[in-house]
Amino acid sequence: MTTALDHTPLQRRAALADPVQQLDRMLEIRHFEDRIKELFGQGLIHGTTHTCQGQEAVSIGLALAARTTDHVCCTYRGHGHALALGMTPHSVLGEITGRVTGTIGGVGGSMHLSDRSVGLMPTSAIVGAGIPIAAGAALTAQVLGQDHCAVALFGDGATNIGAFHEGLNLAAIWRLPVVFVCENNVYGEYSRFDTTTPVEDLAVRATSYGMPSEVVDGQVIGDVSAAIERALARARGGDGPTLIECKTYRYSGHSRADAATYRPAGELDTWLARDPIVLHRRSLIERGLLDDEAADRLAADVQARIESCIEETMASEPATVASMFRHVYATTTTTTTGS
Amino acid sequence: MKLRMRQAIARAIADEMRSDPTVIVMGEDIAAAEGPFKTSEGLLDEFGPLRVRDTPISEMGFCGAAVGAAATGLKPVVEIMFVEFLGVALDMVVTEAAKLRYLSGGSYTAPMVVRASVGAGLGFGSQHSQTLETWMYACPGLKLVVPSGAGSAYGLVRSAIRDPDPVIVLEPRVLYGEREETIVGDEGIIPLGVANLVQSGSDVTIVALGQTVGTAVAAAKGAGWTADVIDLRTLVPWDRERVCESVERTGRLVLVEESPYSGGWGTEIAAHIAGDCFHALRSPVVRFTCPDIPVPYPAHLEQRYLPSADDIRAGIDELIASGRRPRPWWEKEGYAS
Repeated sequence: MTTALDHTPLQRRAALADPVQQLDRMLEIRHFEDRIKELFGQGLIHGTTHTCQGQEAVSIGLALAARTTDHVCCTYRGHGHALALGMTPHSVLGEITGRVTGTIGGVGGSMHLSDRSVGLMPTSAIVGAGIPIAAGAALTAQVLGQDHCAVALFGDGATNIGAFHEGLNLAAIWRLPVVFVCENNVYGEYSRFDTTTPVEDLAVRATSYGMPSEVVDGQVIGDVSAAIERALARARGGDGPTLIECKTYRYSGHSRADAATYRPAGELDTWLARDPIVLHRRSLIERGLLDDEAADRLAADVQARIESCIEETMASEPATVASMFRHVYATTTTTTTGS
Repeated sequence: MKLRMRQAIARAIADEMRSDPTVIVMGEDIAAAEGPFKTSEGLLDEFGPLRVRDTPISEMGFCGAAVGAAATGLKPVVEIMFVEFLGVALDMVVTEAAKLRYLSGGSYTAPMVVRASVGAGLGFGSQHSQTLETWMYACPGLKLVVPSGAGSAYGLVRSAIRDPDPVIVLEPRVLYGEREETIVGDEGIIPLGVANLVQSGSDVTIVALGQTVGTAVAAAKGAGWTADVIDLRTLVPWDRERVCESVERTGRLVLVEESPYSGGWGTEIAAHIAGDCFHALRSPVVRFTCPDIPVPYPAHLEQRYLPSADDIRAGIDELIASGRRPRPWWEKEGYAS
């Protein structure tokens, strides 16, 4: 018997066409992130991590709108995007925990996830780096006459770094088939974005590059996916790039070390009242696609799935010494250190 | 055929663009203006604006675009007008391109070339005359080559474009206009990682790179000793076998570097040879470098800054006679210790 755990990344991606599966995936991301936070807190995982609770609708909206042949550049806050785009919890958790079961054998860690089969380019730990890289992926499509597009996801903080401005400018003058998706989750690392950024809607920055832009509700899957679909259609039609700002919220701190004590009282509660999972669940029930009992059962199934994934991953082999010497150059024998 | 180095570079790029439609070139003023140093002459005419692209003054933007393009099916060749301009794009080269293969388990790669003009000698001042190879030297995932004239420029650029990994080509600016007999076509391709024995001798091995190859040859001319002069050509990975084999025969190693004394590329070679060929050495390893100062502007000081053939010849005379390392000129003259 096959279970959800046996599905390939492409199967997992295709499954998202079903609105109930969208809820399943959002719950998977939420529970995964909650447990990651706990495991780090317990000292069971080494290093650092950046979780995305609260931003699940953006991940699902992206995965619905993009094709698996499109190129997606994401950030170090990437577990949710990776799971939404199709990566399995086993390959993501294996990577985060430095196990052989990780997507690249555990040598990358939490900030470096990728899966070419679903178009996820290696996520970068450098703020804004994916923006010009996505422009370059779009350049390939333009030069080779392919139908592919590129999508860059980045946070509000990235709109203050040079790579953002250089990447948007280049994409605009060359009319590249790329969509820039800013997840404005209100905080850039430990700083509220209005203390670092002189505009309220980051989307207005597109104006400087003669580029269309949209502000969307990042808590609603349909709003996010529709905006990205419109932008992708423009890009594929030769009309160049678009900047989309998704208004969302990061429930956790910047990284595992950050308790987010700087947040004004009540802010988190305001956003929790518009939790993307609650909103989507309510919508499914209103549309008659699910009842409360089935929704609860779904949540319990997802939790059990993640728990067994954690159990299996923690029992799996740690990354090998041989793996850290692989993939430095095309032929691993040609290294600068030689014998 | 006799070519200027800038022509050899344009020719190498054109030859690769003809045989591989995924090769594109990007950089500031490289298309319509054919490059500030005319290293892309004729490319726009032959290959058109889709593959030969003028960029904004935006190194982070177009180096990043090169990484994304390389990862998804193109082989971009980007030109950095002066290597110092790579400072604003170093993330894309050192942290993105160099790590892409590693961080994707080999499923994404960055077969791209970053060409940059380097070096002193033309009066461009402190911010346009450095070589900066050490910025990229200790970065696993990158390869690094430095031509010493038209022939090696042609052969190395062709190999760099064909290579499946990111390759940095640092081109001594002072040599762009110099003519040299150049083998073009596939026979002219020079594999990466292979040094060139420019001339043979028996008393000393002189290892040089870029514009210091000519300096080393000039130093050996008419000297009271004979030298193996090795043009390293590739700095990462450097040709250990060739250098070791030579030192085993000559028993002496001299490095000629166009970069500050501290932390220069020669330290790596000196350390390796001291470790692996200690038994063969009959005198200390000597490095002729620039002093630890920014590159000065006036022509006479710029020449003083660079290692000179006269200093090298006199220094090797002293080394052979005394068995001791000659002090650098700036120490002898009391400018620094």
